[in-house]
Amino acid sequence: MFYRENGQFKTSYRSDQQIFPIAQDRWGIMLLLAFALVGIPLLADEYIFRAILIPFLILALAALGVNILVGYCGQISLGSGGFMAVGAYAAYNFFIRVDGMPVIVALLLGGVFATLVGILFGIPSLRVKGLYLAVATLAAQFFCDWAFLRIKWFTNDSASGVAAVSDLQVFGFSVNSPLEKYFFCLGFLMVFGLLAKNLVRSAIGREWMAIRDMDVAAAVIGIRPMYAKLSAFAVSSFIVGVAGGLWAFVYLGSWEPAAFSVDRSFNLLFMVILGGLGSIMGSFFGAAFMVVLPIAINQFLPVIGQAVGITISTANITHAEFIIFGALIVWFLIVEPHGLARLWSIGKQKMRIWPFPH
Amino acid sequence: MKFRHLTLAITLVTAGLSALVSTVATAQAKEQYFPVLPYRSGAYAPNGVPWANGFVDYLKLINARDGGINGVKIAFEECDTAYDTARGVECYERLKGNAQGAIFQPLSTGITFALTEKAPGDKNPLITAGYGRSESSDGGIFKWNFPLMGTYWSGADIIMQYITKKEGGNIKGKKIALVYHDSPYGKEPIPLLQERSKMQGFELTLLPVTAPGIEQKATWLQIRQNRPDYVLLWGWGVMNSAALKEAVATGYPREKMYGVWWSAGEPDVKDIGDGAKGYNGLVATGEGGPVLVDIKKFVHDKKQGTGPIDEVGSVLYNRGMVSAAMGVEAVRRAQERFGKGKVMNGDQIRWGLENLSIDAKRLSVLKLNTVMRPLSTTCVDHEGSRSARMHTWDGKKWNYSSDWIEADESIIKPLVKQFAEKYAAEKKITRRTPADCQS
Amino acid sequence: MAFFLETFIGGLMAGMLYSLVALGFVLIFKASGVFNFAQGAMVLFAALAMARFAEWIPAWTGLDNFVVNVLLSFAVAVVVMFVVAWSIERWVLHHLVNQEGTTLLMATLGVAYFLDGIGQTIFGSDIYKIDIGMPKEPVMAFQNIFDGGLLINQEDLIAAAIAATLVGMLTLFFQKTATGRALRAVADDHQAAQSIGIPLDRIWVIVWCVAGVVALVAGVIWGSKLGVQFTLSTVAMRALPVVILGGLTSVPGAIIGGLIIGVGEKLSEVFLGPYVGGGIEIWFAYVLALIVLLFRPQGLFGEKIIDRV
Repeated sequence: MFYRENGQFKTSYRSDQQIFPIAQDRWGIMLLLAFALVGIPLLADEYIFRAILIPFLILALAALGVNILVGYCGQISLGSGGFMAVGAYAAYNFFIRVDGMPVIVALLLGGVFATLVGILFGIPSLRVKGLYLAVATLAAQFFCDWAFLRIKWFTNDSASGVAAVSDLQVFGFSVNSPLEKYFFCLGFLMVFGLLAKNLVRSAIGREWMAIRDMDVAAAVIGIRPMYAKLSAFAVSSFIVGVAGGLWAFVYLGSWEPAAFSVDRSFNLLFMVILGGLGSIMGSFFGAAFMVVLPIAINQFLPVIGQAVGITISTANITHAEFIIFGALIVWFLIVEPHGLARLWSIGKQKMRIWPFPH
Repeated sequence: MKFRHLTLAITLVTAGLSALVSTVATAQAKEQYFPVLPYRSGAYAPNGVPWANGFVDYLKLINARDGGINGVKIAFEECDTAYDTARGVECYERLKGNAQGAIFQPLSTGITFALTEKAPGDKNPLITAGYGRSESSDGGIFKWNFPLMGTYWSGADIIMQYITKKEGGNIKGKKIALVYHDSPYGKEPIPLLQERSKMQGFELTLLPVTAPGIEQKATWLQIRQNRPDYVLLWGWGVMNSAALKEAVATGYPREKMYGVWWSAGEPDVKDIGDGAKGYNGLVATGEGGPVLVDIKKFVHDKKQGTGPIDEVGSVLYNRGMVSAAMGVEAVRRAQERFGKGKVMNGDQIRWGLENLSIDAKRLSVLKLNTVMRPLSTTCVDHEGSRSARMHTWDGKKWNYSSDWIEADESIIKPLVKQFAEKYAAEKKITRRTPADCQS
Repeated sequence: MAFFLETFIGGLMAGMLYSLVALGFVLIFKASGVFNFAQGAMVLFAALAMARFAEWIPAWTGLDNFVVNVLLSFAVAVVVMFVVAWSIERWVLHHLVNQEGTTLLMATLGVAYFLDGIGQTIFGSDIYKIDIGMPKEPVMAFQNIFDGGLLINQEDLIAAAIAATLVGMLTLFFQKTATGRALRAVADDHQAAQSIGIPLDRIWVIVWCVAGVVALVAGVIWGSKLGVQFTLSTVAMRALPVVILGGLTSVPGAIIGGLIIGVGEKLSEVFLGPYVGGGIEIWFAYVLALIVLLFRPQGLFGEKIIDRV
């Protein structure tokens, strides 16, 4: 009843091709943005900012990048952690070595270097497919792990190999309090989200999806596989690299290569698959799920335990986290293999015909 | 909508909302809050669990035996970090809101580096007893870091002193290999060893082992070919036992192996038993003695023990216990200046940590006189004491094979200055003024 | 020369140990098309079961005989792995029958987390010992040819022999028995196998059970080497290059791939490593597998991937 689009006529191609053609969707996004820009700063406390919102924003950006590669172009990549590391360390080197380098420029340059590395390690995708490619991208991951530990130049010759940044300034504003960091990350996410959405709606996005669905047929109709696959690697690595820079600069502050280990790659892949492959919104859902779930289990379990009269030790809480996490993932994949985004679109579909059943 | 989808949606919403519900125990107004950041799960749990048990047992002892610190009871809370930096940061953020400043002891070099950036702003002092950044012993730059009882440079120095003495004072031309965990933790001793190598003329070979270090055949084949006179082991978790087992398998004499205090605990050698006989390691704590008797009496006998009773007195247990003791002493010292019987905030606890002067008499009162050496911190020296003993595995247990050895400050101090100033230059921090030291 | 041979032989034996783990991956992928990321967790779970029952059985029954204890705890661990295999098939795979590869991959990752958590809850997260009487001291061979002899690790040698026997038994099983033929039929084409009456569910349970036993053997051998603790599950990461180099669908490929990767790793670490500071084993193995893939995209012995439009 509320979600119907009757009465909304489009009189120009421009209005027909907009991202949110349904007026209710436009209102929804406006409200969401207003909540994100005004509501959350008023309501959230420091812990929510630092432990939930900021990781969510950065990881959603990274999941966006991974989704472009895995969901839209169909190339399974397990090297996203390595690309995040490249972005982080490249941004660090630019920031430290060039006097007066603005933070945003450093982060974007970090993304550029991640792109170069991404294209390099994406070249095998022209020859190798599917699961073989997935394991081959692990070569990128482990090589990056090693390079940032061994090559001292990357960490400004520090003895322990740890990089640290602090006291970030953007256009004269400092980015140090949780609220400032939140806005900084939100800004990046909004810009990149818009860019990604438009990319996947464009010709290049359609090329990616054609390669994903049937790459031989795509080549037959004239889509150049090399261009499509490498551009997917490039764009994806750029976004993942910028996200890596943000993770290092804004969330961790001081990091070692282990912060971008293969566990992070699996984490991102989880987000993308649980959120929904091939869906921009799915990246956000997946990131929210993966950030909130461990904390929720960690907080909730002692409460349930107390209610039932059992004290659960901290070790058992962590073990229970694993158990519930694993079981939830399996159950989720059984119930809705296409991810949270599919759930969302089913919900919207039901809303269109509500209150009628069909 | 299918029933399954509905239930899924409801679960997700509940999960999302429950994350916002804070269920952590808040310290009562009249309790001193001690957050505990152990790892009781994950790859390094076998080493982290005894440390955590020792830590918590000591806190329970202070409450049970002394009624708290001058009457202020201790409230503690654990948050499992699983040795992961992101989880450690999340635990820190969650627990720090429960008090106006508290001491954090992360037991992980990675988490220490991350918290070093955050803790000063939040006014939470960090005790990194026996780990963390070696240059943070310079309190003039690192106001909130306290690497008490010995940093990695002190540890490496003590091992080299012991070896030098064993060789009659001259190790020129000898070959020393460092088998280290390829991470900031493992790389810490390298600057000191390189410095000593220049000074003493020995040949240093660096052999990194990629974490977690389960397969070290290549490393030990290289050692077999190189035939170094001594091997220094700087590992953690499974890397230690894997290294010793490969040493057995390649026939390298364990008597020539020296491990840092994190590579010479029971979990590392228990499994191997006689195979590791003769392996030497540093230990920063002496015999447990009276305080362990107290812990058994006041904590374990009352069924309040955190772990199994046969763990009490093991190497890592003692280390955790002593780390907790330092925190308690700091609060006690702070109370001496800012008000006995009151709850201390972050600034005050930090002052307490910076003005510790635990002499031999005080150690006897604390019943820790055999466990540690007298410790005294100042504004510029946040390390306090830098001694350790050597112990050797005999197949069934560790036996002390040396008395307390003190690290040579003449070599370490310039290094600390150099690296601390490099950090200050990078971060644009100025050295603290003498006036600041008095506050 | 002697040192090169030592490194070479060491590499061969390390490779066999990786092959043991890789076998599990290959078996499951061959028969059900699922890339089982939970293999590492299964190795850990199996090893934990064996280690703990080896302690509990004497404690509960008062048995003192070493050999009987080992055999009994092995048998119990086999039963445990059968239960695990059956549960995975019944509650996870059964419901995900026609899903795509990535979904199944994620499901096995979920199973991996679950097994990790449950294993540590039931059996504990300390270090446990597996003692099957493996000799720990090295043996010096060819002392007359080479000065001082070549160092050969006895434990690894025996492990390599066990791995070879296991592969032999598996090959016999696949080639000579009716169940083995059914497994090969299912691996070839699910629908065709179903149409001639092969029960898919039961076949999958059998495959996962066999993979479970393979995981147990791998767990026992690695556990005897390292002690049973959480890091044991990371051995799967070391075995992945073996799987893709040998080909996802080939049992002999797992062995040959293992030997190549093992040798490549050790030689690179010992001879190339010192020039770049060391620690290059892990990524070198992956890069080696990647280079082979560039020439043979399906691995050395894998089935050629044919794309039909």
